[in-house]
Amino acid sequence: MTIKPVLLWSDALILLLLLTVAALVWLARKNDTFRAPWRQVMASRMGSATALILAVYAGIGLLDSMHYVERLPSAPGQQAQYSGEVFSALDALLKPLRVNVEKTYSAPLATHLYAKETVQGPDGVERRDYPPLKHPGSHLLGTDKVGQDVLYLSLKSIRTGLLIGTLTTLIMLPFALALGIAAGYFGGRIDDAIQYLYTTLNSIPGVLLIAAAVLVVQVQIEAHAELFDTAAARSDVRLLALCAILGVTGWTGLARLLRAEALKLRELEFVQAARAFGVTDARILLRHLLPNVMHLVLITVVIDFSGLVLAEAVLSYVGVGVDPGMISFGNMINGARLELAREPVVWWQLAAAFVFMFVLVLAANLFADQVRDALDPKSRGRK
Amino acid sequence: MLNYILRRLLYAIPILLGVNLLTFALFFMVNTPDDMARIHLGAKHVTPEAITRWKVEHGYDKPLFLNSAAAGVEKATDTLFVEKSLKLFVLDFGAADDGRDIAREIGQRMWPSLAIALPTFLVGLLAYLSFALLLVFFRGTALDTGGVILCVALMSISGLFYVIGGQYLMGKLWHWFPISGYQPGLDAWKFMVMPVLVSLIGGIGDSSRFYRALFIEEIGKDYVRTARAKGLSDLRVLFKHVLGNAMIPILTGVVVVIPRLFMGSLIIESFFGIPGLGSYTIDAIQAQDFAIVRSMVFLGSLLYIVGLVLTDISYTWADPRVRLE
Repeated sequence: MTIKPVLLWSDALILLLLLTVAALVWLARKNDTFRAPWRQVMASRMGSATALILAVYAGIGLLDSMHYVERLPSAPGQQAQYSGEVFSALDALLKPLRVNVEKTYSAPLATHLYAKETVQGPDGVERRDYPPLKHPGSHLLGTDKVGQDVLYLSLKSIRTGLLIGTLTTLIMLPFALALGIAAGYFGGRIDDAIQYLYTTLNSIPGVLLIAAAVLVVQVQIEAHAELFDTAAARSDVRLLALCAILGVTGWTGLARLLRAEALKLRELEFVQAARAFGVTDARILLRHLLPNVMHLVLITVVIDFSGLVLAEAVLSYVGVGVDPGMISFGNMINGARLELAREPVVWWQLAAAFVFMFVLVLAANLFADQVRDALDPKSRGRK
Repeated sequence: MLNYILRRLLYAIPILLGVNLLTFALFFMVNTPDDMARIHLGAKHVTPEAITRWKVEHGYDKPLFLNSAAAGVEKATDTLFVEKSLKLFVLDFGAADDGRDIAREIGQRMWPSLAIALPTFLVGLLAYLSFALLLVFFRGTALDTGGVILCVALMSISGLFYVIGGQYLMGKLWHWFPISGYQPGLDAWKFMVMPVLVSLIGGIGDSSRFYRALFIEEIGKDYVRTARAKGLSDLRVLFKHVLGNAMIPILTGVVVVIPRLFMGSLIIESFFGIPGLGSYTIDAIQAQDFAIVRSMVFLGSLLYIVGLVLTDISYTWADPRVRLE
């Protein structure tokens, strides 16, 4: 079957992110001050173990970011037609899981459906019984309401969670860096204006501001439905909009930290000396301040990541998260939250979503602790 | 001090104006009243006449900033910005899309919200601080390490898990409490216990770890060594000296949320069916009722600024050296 690669907007941003990180690592590979803290993180048992878990998640997320569409069978000479359904490399690998759907719920590794139905026995008599599954024993974590494999759904959710955690930071960083450092370094009117800006943003309840912005984006997407040729492209844009909103509303915390740090740094001798030599402001900011606040930035980025993964679930529940058609932890939980009221209980979908999320967030939290210990000399003594 | 408070409240005006302009820009300029009408009418009934009728019915049929059709002062006042946004300053919230008065709804719904949020806040503060002090008292031992690991694990679990799990265990399996609902009066406690418990467990990891870090930082300082050298007991040092000196950062995080307790929690209220402001907001978000969302944004900002002023006042109480001038 012929396939055509598709580059969704989020795939492009992931590529950009990967290239940036790779370039930074390559540039700093000989720099010992840069390498020492990371060597310390990777040398600790906790640091290397959590890094491995995060790498596995990231690997699944990356596989799920290589998208393609399949070519539809067409008569010779006819122009090539492509299916409207977008698949990823992960879909191709997990094809048996994706294709082997059942009718509705079935427990993990079950051989029969969850609910009784009228079935025809071998003797031709109709009776109420649990109908056998089409693919008995093949669903490691059971199936959901429409018979999709829960393991497949969980693996697909990883990309959504990772994207929210990383792209939001990518969008938030320029705001926080530029505004935070500028406020601290220049002071005066600029400081007042930036402080006003972040007090205003901070004063609005976070969820409400996000909800308001997402509602607006939703209306705009609906109004311009003709711009998106596939459902995947549409939910992709909504996901990016969500990241952008979280980023634009989320820069205030880091900006405040950076402002305080810049306020302190600008009075130190090396900055004073640079100014006395007539070094321009732009150069002082880039060469002297920026490298000296990088540890704060890195620590905040890793700490924020886990919070963002958790936030996705809550926002999807409120109805202002990712597109309802997109596979994500939030939508999995949302779809299954009433099923504990059933008899017998349908627990596997909720359990799978929570466990997959828990492992990711726990690894991220523990990794963040290691990074902070390595980068922040002050926190080292606290142990 | 009165002078200071007045000045701070005056400083609040530009911030609230900023909030107002921001929400106005979001809801009226990016998203025009025409878009709003289209959403509410549904795809089938969208005709130019229906849109105009909807806008007239809901008071959205005016120009944004300048009404050139009106005469005199009304040119500037008979506009959407004045009608829909500036009126919030005098707490005139207007009517929701279903025609009900938002201010009255807020007045009724803040009590159930408060009934859940206030006990959660008070018991939570006490419990988190005690747990953190306990860990610090046993610092360096297995109990401390275990406690910190527990905190990290607890804060890595999605908040939704606590709600769903709590409802399943306490409501369905053990039949301790009704799964959801609310009733004013003396019977309210039955409906309050579970939401409060669930919020408490959900918050313990984050808060206790934060407080523990604060205390550990304080405990390394010279005055603690002096106090110990004087022969004071560990407990006395911990409760009187360390807790007292860590008060400023604790108050910074705590006091600012007090006024917002009125607004309740979105998740808790909607899961447990509490008829408070949190579920009001979440229903409004899901029904895309922008009038309510705008009112709640404004109310939230107002309460936040009140919280900031209260925080400053609380500093003078915690640390006599702080003077508000």
